[in-house]
Amino acid sequence: MTTATTEAPEPSAIGAVGTPFEVLVERGKIREFAAAMQSENPAYQGPGAIVPPTFLTTATSWAPPGSRVVVGFDRRRLLHGEQEYIFHGPLPRAGDVLIAQERLIERYAKPGKRGGEMQFAVVVTEFRSPTGDLVAEARGTFIQTAPKGGPS
Amino acid sequence: MTEQTIAIAPGTTAPAREFGPLTRQMFVRYSGASGDLNPMHYDDTMARAAGNPSVFSQGMHQSALLATFATDWLGAENVRRFHVRFREQVWPDDVLTCSGEVETVKMNGDGSSLVTVSLTCSRQTGAVAISGSADFLLPAPHAG
Repeated sequence: MTTATTEAPEPSAIGAVGTPFEVLVERGKIREFAAAMQSENPAYQGPGAIVPPTFLTTATSWAPPGSRVVVGFDRRRLLHGEQEYIFHGPLPRAGDVLIAQERLIERYAKPGKRGGEMQFAVVVTEFRSPTGDLVAEARGTFIQTAPKGGPS
Repeated sequence: MTEQTIAIAPGTTAPAREFGPLTRQMFVRYSGASGDLNPMHYDDTMARAAGNPSVFSQGMHQSALLATFATDWLGAENVRRFHVRFREQVWPDDVLTCSGEVETVKMNGDGSSLVTVSLTCSRQTGAVAISGSADFLLPAPHAG
């Protein structure tokens, strides 16, 4: 494997935000997601379907170019370390419109288990109602593993 | 009305639930549903070229199965936080076991309670694929 990177976009600094974008919570998408999670819970069916706990991962499909922060890690060494969803009240449901915005909130490094350095980045996506109320947050922790045969 | 009172206290566990054996179709279905089209989860040729024995399940796929387990236990409407940590890869034909245990129960003034649970999704080897935790806001029990 080479470590060459071509035309990598500039990694976002801590505090950088993406452009807000609209997310439509759709009944059919909830139903499709519930099938993929092998859930027969009636809460995910019908006109009043609510979102499953990890459903907001689908919001990125609404993100236009330039609306996402750049973690800037080498894709071949990229791991998704942790993911969290927080709901500040009743769950979003089919028909809701949310405004999503990403923010890079943290970067840190730890020594790798086999030498070198592991890089971490934490990206929070806020989901607000059209009137600005904070409805939900998604928090992803991404890891770039230490390079193989790297300095130790 | 049937009696549906479930004792919720620290140490309370839910009956464990199995998912699987996992199939490539399940990975593809999750890819489509989530919009994550990383080919490592459905293209064996590319997965092997990247050094894997085969395609493997998305960590978020297993998280979604764990979410199914947790929301059937404590209520889809009640979830207020859901956290997962990705620990080990999961492969076709794996059988996953989801389990959960109540860690804390905090009573609110209005009779509702905030229940924090630990969640685990393990492979048939016993190794933990996903460790997680979640908060559920349980409404006040109906009077009478």
